[in-house]
Formats: sequence, C-alpha cells, structure tokens
Amino acid sequence: MVFGGSGYLINSITPFTIDKHRHAHFPEGITLDCDMHLAPVDVAYCTYGQLSEQRDNAILLCHAFTGDQYVAETHPLTGKPGWWERMVGSGKPIDTDKFFVICSNVLGGCMGSTGPMSVREESVKKELWGTDFPPITIRDMVRAQYKLVRYLGIDKLFAVVGGSMGGMQVLEWTVTYPEMMLAAMPIATAPFHSAQNIAFNEVGRQAIIADPDWRNGRYWCEGVVPARGLSVARMMAHITYLSEKALTRKFGRRVRQGSSADKSAGNFTGPLSLFGDIFEVESYLRYQGSSFVRRFDANSYLSITRAMDWFDLAADYDGELTAAFSGTSVRFCVISFSSDWLFPTSTARTLVRALNQATANVSFVEIETDRGHDAFLLDEPDFDRTVQGFLRGVAEHVGLY
Amino acid sequence: MRLDQKLIAEMIKPGARVLDIGSGDGALIDHLFRHQGCDARGIELNMKLVTFSVAHGLPVMHGDADHDLAYYSDHAFDYVVLQRTLQAVERPREVLRQMLRIGRYAIVSFPNFGHWQLRLKLLLNGRMPMTTVWYKPWYETPNIHPCTIRDFLALCQQDGYIVEKWMAIDEEGERAPWRRSIRLANLFGEQALFLLRR
Repeated sequence: MVFGGSGYLINSITPFTIDKHRHAHFPEGITLDCDMHLAPVDVAYCTYGQLSEQRDNAILLCHAFTGDQYVAETHPLTGKPGWWERMVGSGKPIDTDKFFVICSNVLGGCMGSTGPMSVREESVKKELWGTDFPPITIRDMVRAQYKLVRYLGIDKLFAVVGGSMGGMQVLEWTVTYPEMMLAAMPIATAPFHSAQNIAFNEVGRQAIIADPDWRNGRYWCEGVVPARGLSVARMMAHITYLSEKALTRKFGRRVRQGSSADKSAGNFTGPLSLFGDIFEVESYLRYQGSSFVRRFDANSYLSITRAMDWFDLAADYDGELTAAFSGTSVRFCVISFSSDWLFPTSTARTLVRALNQATANVSFVEIETDRGHDAFLLDEPDFDRTVQGFLRGVAEHVGLY
Repeated sequence: MRLDQKLIAEMIKPGARVLDIGSGDGALIDHLFRHQGCDARGIELNMKLVTFSVAHGLPVMHGDADHDLAYYSDHAFDYVVLQRTLQAVERPREVLRQMLRIGRYAIVSFPNFGHWQLRLKLLLNGRMPMTTVWYKPWYETPNIHPCTIRDFLALCQQDGYIVEKWMAIDEEGERAPWRRSIRLANLFGEQALFLLRR
C-alpha cells in the first residue's frame, strides 16, 4: 500500500460517532424516481434567523456533495466552523437578521437524514440500509427538502441557493416546484453532469469498492470502514475542486521531510526514494483524505455520486433544456468561477442561454478567480457582493424590505 | 443617467418589457424599473460592470450583442435597446435583425460619423479623424463599423424597418435642433437616436 512507507496508515483512523441531529420525521416517506417507496424518511436540518409572520423570508440552502446542514455553526463532529459561515449570519451577505435560512442534509447523506447508514425499519433484523439503500436522484433529494419546507409551515420560499451539487438541487427545485420560490441562485453548477465529471465519480467509487474493508458494502457489520478507498476517492476529487494555479500558489514544488519513524525503521528516505520526503501537495491531500473518512460514510459516497451522475434536467423534456424552464416566473442568478474546470463557465452559459430562450429573468456573473471550483466556499468579495445584491434586488422587487 | 438615456426612457412605455444590450452600470434599467415599472434587464460585456449591476440588485447577465441575442425567443420583449454600441459590434446588420426579432421596437443610438468635424478633418489632414467622440486612434478603436445617420437610414430602408422616431443629439445627450433635415442632422449631430419597428 502506498501509504505504508511514510508511516501513514489511513486505516488506523477511527470515524466519529454519529450524534443525534435535529431532524423532521416523515413516517409516510416518499416515492422515489426509481418507483420505490422509501419510508420512513428523516430529514436532518439546521435553521438560522427568524421566520417572519408572513412566512415569506425563508431561504433554502442546498449543500454540496460532501457538505451538510451545519452551515453557520461549529460542526458537532469535526469541531470546525460551518461550511458557509462567512456567507450566512447576522449582517453577512445572506443576512440572518432578515432571512430565515434552512439547510438540510441531503437524502442519502450521513449526517442525520435517511441514507445508507440509516436503520431499515421495515426489515426484521433492523439492519442498516447499506448498499441496499434505493438508488436516489437529485429530484428525490429535492422531494425530501420540499417535505421539510412544508413541515416548517412555508408555502413559498424567498429563494433557493446552492453551489455545485447544491446548485443542481436549486435547478431541480425550479423545475419540479417552480411555484415554490421567488428566486434561485445556482452557483458553480450545471444542468447536467458531464461525461468528465461522471468519469471522476467513477474513479472515486472504484477506489472505495476496491478497498478490502468495504466488504461488499457491509463494512458496518464488521466494525470497519473502507478508509483507504474513501480517502483516495476524496484525494482525487479534491484535486478537481482546485485549479493548477491554486495548487502551484499553495504548494509549488515544496518538499516536506520524511518522518523520523521511517528513518529509524531503516528505510531509505533520500529525496529520490519512493516513500521518503514527500511533496507538500501530497501531504495536503493525505490530510484531506484522512479527515474526510472520519465524517463521511462510504456507501453515502456511492449513493450520492450516482445521484449526481444521473442528473440531467433536460432528460424529461426530450433533451430540450429550455422546455424545462418554460414559463418560469423564478428570478435566476447564475454564478460561475473563471478557473472552475469541473463546472466551467461554458456550461453555465448553456444554462443561461436556455433560460434566455425561456424568457426567464436571469442575471449571470462569472467571478474572476484562480481558485477553481471551491472558490464558492472561499473569500471572494465580488461573489459576496453579487449574492447580497441579488437577494436585496429581489427583496426590493417584491417589497420585502 | 446620461441625458440621451433620459430620451431613451421617454420612448419606452411604462410597464414594458425591456432588454438593454450594453447596459453598462445599469443606470437605464434601474431607472426603467424604479420610475416606469418596467421589467428591464441588461446584457453587458464588461464583467466588472456586470458584477456591479447584479450587486446592486439589477437583472444583468454577462454577454454581448453578437453572440447572445440569437438565444432569445421571438417577441420576448417590447423594446430592445442598444446604446452607443452598434458601431462596435461584429455584425451590425445581424444585430439589428435580432433586435427586431426579439423585440417589437428597437431603440438604437450610435455616434454619427457624418459629423462636419470628422468630414473636415479627413479632408484637410488626410488622416483618420479624431474628435471627443472618436477619440481612439484607428489601430486601437473598438469602433469597427462606423456609419453616418444617412447610412443607417439606408440600411433601415433596405431591411424594411420603420423609423418611428429619430433625433440627433450632441455628445452630452442633449437633443440637437436638426429635426427637419436629415442632411443637416447628419452634418451637425454628434450622436443619433432611432426608434425602429418591424
């Protein structure tokens, strides 16, 4: 195993335990795109700010693939700040003094919503779903969110906002429940998953499946996790979230010295050895991989990546994306990032042109940055201003404030 | 808002659907929304101005006249506006055609290359004329398709567009007094403003 020589045994890492997350319980469940009925369904969520008396100030945030509902508070498992803490909060671009912000863990996730790690209630043995968890789609995730929104007493959302896979959910919302929102902000996303992105997902899945600790998806019976496979999947995916320029700026060709444990073990650790000194970028990726396996379930990874791969908004409209948006009254703000090669501006433009053809009200901004796909999670002042301004514009338009 | 933008706004009926191509900082669409209750949207090429506009709550998208108009459906707008940009697009005739396909009316303004100063400078110096309106040297100018007021009228006639209104305006956007004679307007007007329909 490649990690062995550097004294870096990823499998020695134990995952966090899953706490109880705040959630809504729907015993009636939902019917999925695959025609299976999934019941019961739990939707774990967090909220920020106050719902107004008119119940007209709710913003639904849709998290990205490996994100979760802990948007703007310390994560209960990792102890790290929420993933969009710089965007969501009092006086921040998505201002919780004005808006009631909801974010739920996606269906198929592993942070409290029903997913492969949930107990299969209808089974005799009360086992976990594991790989028997029904195949889900982005629309199924949106159906679960819809139930939550209704459960919270909201008839119409002010806006649905999300980046990456969250952006796919935003787009799905505008097509499946077009009357349910005033505005939609799909960020760093696409109306379909590209062949290249499906290819990357497949490499990740194969890495997990190839890990002997995956045990045909039943690792949870045996108290192990396919940590090596999952971390390799994460490492590979993480590269796609960055850009060559960002990697060069962050790490260049800097080298970190091999650990002393290797030297005492008599391993040759010169600069040209296989397992000696490592590049900074390698060390960074290994860290990303190892911290990821502590908070993310491998079968969730398989389920959700599959859902992304199947995403194609135009599929139900004979391949005509415009038809999906026909007659929409939703105000759109499409945002892309110049160095994002996973969800490039060219694809965002395809989306925008389809929206134009549908005579939708659409704003479209490409934020200039060299930080790649992940830029939507980072400090980009132009991006912040755009998010804030768009929301304010829509609010002004409908006389909200 | 510039004075000629006020003249444009006066041409637009309240509550109309408007597409402003080259919306700049969004002053016109902001005015149309606030004061005339229009559903006004913008397309702008300069990303800084796009970000500025969206950050001010205006529906503006990044794009340009040459490449994005083809994606709009027929009759999507009541008015399609192109301010001081016609001379800088790749295919002015096609842009006009697209404007009048997606809008009932087209409002077009452009700097008049028939202005007497330009004529005189070319005649006397034999060099590409430079004025306050045409201030960039020939090798740097984005204005690749300059035309005169009469040239533009000829194109409208050729393509069957009806000129509802026209006026010559000076550089500040003030309406110039040459309303009776096109030839005089073509000699003394620094900018031209047209309201066209199919």
